Amino acid sequence: MLKRKMFVPILLSGILLLSACSDSDNASGEAESEGDKTEIKITWRGLGDKDNLKRYLEGFEADFESENEDIDIVLSPITASEGDYFSKVALTMQSAETAPDIVSEDTFMLSADANAGYLKPLDEYVDSWDEWDNFIENIKSGTTGNDGTIYGVPTTTDSRGIWYNKEVFEAAGLPVDWQPVSWKDVYAAAETIKEANGDVVPFAMNVAKANGEAVSMQTFEMLLYGTGETLYDGDSEKWNVNGQGITDALVFVDEIMNKRDLGPSLSIALNANYSSVMTQDLLPNGGVGMVLDGNWNIANYMEGGAAPLEDVEATLGFAPFPTKDGEEPGSVTMAGGWGWSIPEKSKNHDVAWKVIQAMSSEEYQTKRALTGGTLTVRTDSAESSDYLERPLIEPATKALENAHFRPKNDLYPNVSIEIQNAVEAVASGTMSPEDAAANYKAKVSDIVGEENVY
Amino acid sequence: MEGTPNISGKKKMSDNIKSSIFLSPALILLLIFFLTPMLLTIVFSFTNLALTGSQAQNLKFVGFENFIQMFNDAELYNSIGKTLIFVLFSAIIGQCFLGFLIAFLMKGKNATFRRAIGIAVIAAWVTPEIVVGFSWVAFLGDNGTMNSIITALSGIEPIAFLFEYPMVSVVVANIWRGTAFSMMAFQAALDDIPLEVEEAAVMDGASRWRIVRNITIPIVKGTITTNLMLVTLQTLGVFTLIYAMTGGGPGNATMTLPVYMYKQAFVSYQLGYGTAISLVILIIGALFSLLYMRFLKVKI
Repeated sequence: MLKRKMFVPILLSGILLLSACSDSDNASGEAESEGDKTEIKITWRGLGDKDNLKRYLEGFEADFESENEDIDIVLSPITASEGDYFSKVALTMQSAETAPDIVSEDTFMLSADANAGYLKPLDEYVDSWDEWDNFIENIKSGTTGNDGTIYGVPTTTDSRGIWYNKEVFEAAGLPVDWQPVSWKDVYAAAETIKEANGDVVPFAMNVAKANGEAVSMQTFEMLLYGTGETLYDGDSEKWNVNGQGITDALVFVDEIMNKRDLGPSLSIALNANYSSVMTQDLLPNGGVGMVLDGNWNIANYMEGGAAPLEDVEATLGFAPFPTKDGEEPGSVTMAGGWGWSIPEKSKNHDVAWKVIQAMSSEEYQTKRALTGGTLTVRTDSAESSDYLERPLIEPATKALENAHFRPKNDLYPNVSIEIQNAVEAVASGTMSPEDAAANYKAKVSDIVGEENVY
Repeated sequence: MEGTPNISGKKKMSDNIKSSIFLSPALILLLIFFLTPMLLTIVFSFTNLALTGSQAQNLKFVGFENFIQMFNDAELYNSIGKTLIFVLFSAIIGQCFLGFLIAFLMKGKNATFRRAIGIAVIAAWVTPEIVVGFSWVAFLGDNGTMNSIITALSGIEPIAFLFEYPMVSVVVANIWRGTAFSMMAFQAALDDIPLEVEEAAVMDGASRWRIVRNITIPIVKGTITTNLMLVTLQTLGVFTLIYAMTGGGPGNATMTLPVYMYKQAFVSYQLGYGTAISLVILIIGALFSLLYMRFLKVKI
């Protein structure tokens, strides 16, 4: 009898358990049109409570919703390390249940995500949008796939260089208006700082795999392109694996981190929080002399940023990064940037486009550049007085003159991982620059195919 | 007389139906949540499945390509090596041996003492893996407890344990976390050894070591094998602890197979290759299990 009594509850609980799984799918689908408002979910890489982009989006959300009462903007950041962000975004875009309506795409991932079919082509929208002409022409290439289709509206670009603390420089007897002309100058300045004060980290750069693309772009590619070589030859569509520049770039990492011991300790350098420790704490407080990083860090030191400074230009300088031996044109920068895209699996393409249009107006593009410390992508925003008065905007914009962009190839993200492996291996002392370069050659040849390397 | 076999046949039938009804929820759940993903893993390991890029759209069967790539992948060999070191030191030598030792030393001691030690050891085991990982990062950090003690005692510079001794750090952390399981298993087994047997041995003048070797270990042999197998399989799959503490680095110093699999699948976006690596983990686990059963001649 007891057995029979138990039978029904067990069967019921089994059925309930099974149906619970399918029920949850429906529930999330219905929620979207709740209350007659169209929900537009915006996803970007969240940075927790010191998130400049979030500050900007919250301001935009309030303005936009008061003008468009039928649209409900839902801010849905993915807080993750840089590498994990791209994986998570790719996963959410695979299903209509999870896909956001607007997604923040790094220009280097755009080709890959577009080729995967995750992103909606925007040519039709852009063609009938008169403001599209106000976008800087070569920046548009960043959100264009390698098939020539437009997959996003650019929203930021950036340059890279050496941030230096003028107080540290002064204490070490270095000029506060500093411009290195070769890598040797960088070594020399770092060694001077080291001699003057052993507690200050002389020179820091991104070397940890945990920091993802920042290692490839802010460190390795800045060095490689400064030797006169490039990562990829766009004309022949082949990847550089044999160049001496690859070894030279890794030698620089080795000299700073190991041979001359001019870098931060490995527990700082290999930490996932490297960037915030360095740019929000050590640099403004004189704990580090030089940091090779992006111009956007200016946002940290402005009002409302993570580490506001009263007079930024009195404390900090931003010097273009020199070429290896001072070769023409003297300095080098990589330029990247982000854009807004619409996932193919979003259910509200047209409304999402309306929101993107609003975010891309002159007013909001200027605000975006100011809150994020990035460089603007609109010619009219670039002329606004607020933008031109921002500290250090001049060297940041000037650096852009010699800018290189990352390879337009959907295998770049995979190659980038190998760059990060090589840099961390050298920085942590587990591989010599020569071994790491040889390993890089082998790995990249595997990824892109033996016939696509030179 | 005639009806009896018929009735019992009917009864058997209805018994079969009954038991299959009872079993069906469990079987269905197993099928959906366990067997299907496992079969899918095997299928995907023969494809070029990718998270992004044009491959993500054009799923193709590539035959044994992933496995051929593995043969030429120096990093995979490195990972297998690191995994074996990690399992050997943290599971077999660390957890099993230490767990046995603690259980053995606690046998027959007073209950309060046993309880105090027991709680201390088990506390580590019930703590979630990610919390254990962060606790050890904090403990071993430049300003962590460990370095504070070392600096206070000897005055030397803080040691960056996670970077200078990464493998030792994760091995010690895993031992700390996992020993409780072995200890509890052995405690239960040791408590079951009849006192008379040991007493008889003592009467015969056997040394303590002799008793352990010839009486205790043979009696708990079944538990040793089961425990070795469980702990080995569990340790083979450890991901969270290592990922939180070192992320597989610095370089590839702690890149065990689960971490490498994750990196290939979700950092390099090569899901197909990642699933193929997961099969390698499965094979290594099976080999270990076979080895234990053979070596210790125990039937499960």
